[in-house]
Amino acid sequence: MSLTNRSKVVSKKELNWIEKLYLPAILQGLAITMSHFFKKKATVQYPEQKRYIAPIYRGLHVLKRDEEGRENCTACGLCAVACPAEAITMEAAERKKGEEHLYREEKYAAVYEINMLRCIFCGMCEEACPKDAIYLTDRILPSNYKRNTFIYGKDLLVEGIAPEDRIDINNRKKEFEMET
Amino acid sequence: MIDWWLILDKVILVVIIFTISLAIAAYSTYGERKVAAFLQDRIGPNRAGPFGLLQPLADGVKFFLKEEITPSSSDKFLFMLGPCIFMMTALMTSAIIPWGKPLYFGDHEFGLQVANLNVGILYILAVVSIGGYGIMIGGWASNNKFSLLGALRASSQMISYELPMGMAIIAVLLMSGSLNIKEIVDQQQGFHWNVFYQPLGFIIFLVCAFAECNRTPFDLPESESELVGGYHTEYSSMKLGLFLFAEYINMFISSAIIACLFFGGYHFPGIDSLNLSPNLASIVSIMVLFAKIFFFIFFFMWVRWTVPRFRYDQLMRLGWKVLIPLSILNVLATGAWLTFVKS
Repeated sequence: MSLTNRSKVVSKKELNWIEKLYLPAILQGLAITMSHFFKKKATVQYPEQKRYIAPIYRGLHVLKRDEEGRENCTACGLCAVACPAEAITMEAAERKKGEEHLYREEKYAAVYEINMLRCIFCGMCEEACPKDAIYLTDRILPSNYKRNTFIYGKDLLVEGIAPEDRIDINNRKKEFEMET
Repeated sequence: MIDWWLILDKVILVVIIFTISLAIAAYSTYGERKVAAFLQDRIGPNRAGPFGLLQPLADGVKFFLKEEITPSSSDKFLFMLGPCIFMMTALMTSAIIPWGKPLYFGDHEFGLQVANLNVGILYILAVVSIGGYGIMIGGWASNNKFSLLGALRASSQMISYELPMGMAIIAVLLMSGSLNIKEIVDQQQGFHWNVFYQPLGFIIFLVCAFAECNRTPFDLPESESELVGGYHTEYSSMKLGLFLFAEYINMFISSAIIACLFFGGYHFPGIDSLNLSPNLASIVSIMVLFAKIFFFIFFFMWVRWTVPRFRYDQLMRLGWKVLIPLSILNVLATGAWLTFVKS
């Protein structure tokens, strides 16, 4: 009884003398490899071409700013609690007078670090975030020779204020809202 | 009286062949990577220069810049001698190959064969056997078990496969009645290629050529996956480069020998009916020979990326129990045919 019709019956009969020559089988193999010679190549010429990345892709994190360029994060620590790999640490600070254009609420993260060597890119942090602050993007974590360069601080995580420095997460957001 | 013209001719020819051998060996590495990539649905090196054509140059520079390590427990002199012998024998075999019809400069005839030896084939077999010493000495002097295992495998494999190779050549010799390669080539003028008269001999010779060049499916001497690098495990920098380079030169030369012995060398059917001027005919004949050589180099690579490696007992069984009896049978059949049918 077979569930699919893909099973192949293996026979263990003795090879006949033509099969024992191996030459027909080798010629068959050569024909197979030659057919691959002319096939379409699977290579993606990376820096020039980029592979299609699905909207649900979970890559490098970003800390978002709102429309006026103020950081969304309030250092509530929910992402750090949610993180199964314990990759996130932060230190909260109080917003001073005159910093209203930098931080959206009275409390902000003075230090926000993600250890990218611990991170498993599960996306629990963005699920936990009540302030729309952290998102995973379609960017890929660059490699490096030194381990300590993988602890990403706010300088690498927070997006820029200028419109061209903003990181588009609309695809991810749409996908994320459909899920929840 | 010394014929200075002859000496000048030969020196020029030697330099040209030397350069061409090295260039072809260098570009074989590029070709191998490209062929491998294409057979595996990839593109292969394409960053250094257009289509990656400068890749061999980059590889060469890299070889020179690498640190040269001599293991402290190795025999320094033999360690250096190994790759030298291997490279030297690889380059020496090209001396007796007739590259094409002679060129004419006015009245002066410029022969395209360095040495028209009347024992050309014996010379090839002799020099190829010395090449085995290069591997053996290199592996032994490294004083390392993987190197020694690789060297042992290489030498026993080379000895085992030289026998059927010699036998396959004997059948060709019986038919041509000459050991001179140029004469064997000239007898195949037209479409009388030896491969049609000696198909079995050709297959045996081809298999043995793969084994002699240590190419897959007979690459047990250097099998990366089990012996690290085989006989060149301890080698680095340009010494390793010499070993790898010599292997590609060997491949080039054995392709040339296959073309000469079985595929009519620089002859091509219909080439004489074109009535070309002697110099043009010479150039066409060179191109014909190189086309055949390139096909066989491609074939070597094609097989490499198709057939997996033999197990060692299978290798020995194929050599001693299959190829040697077959080649003896081939010699007997050829001899019987020549004595009873043809005469």
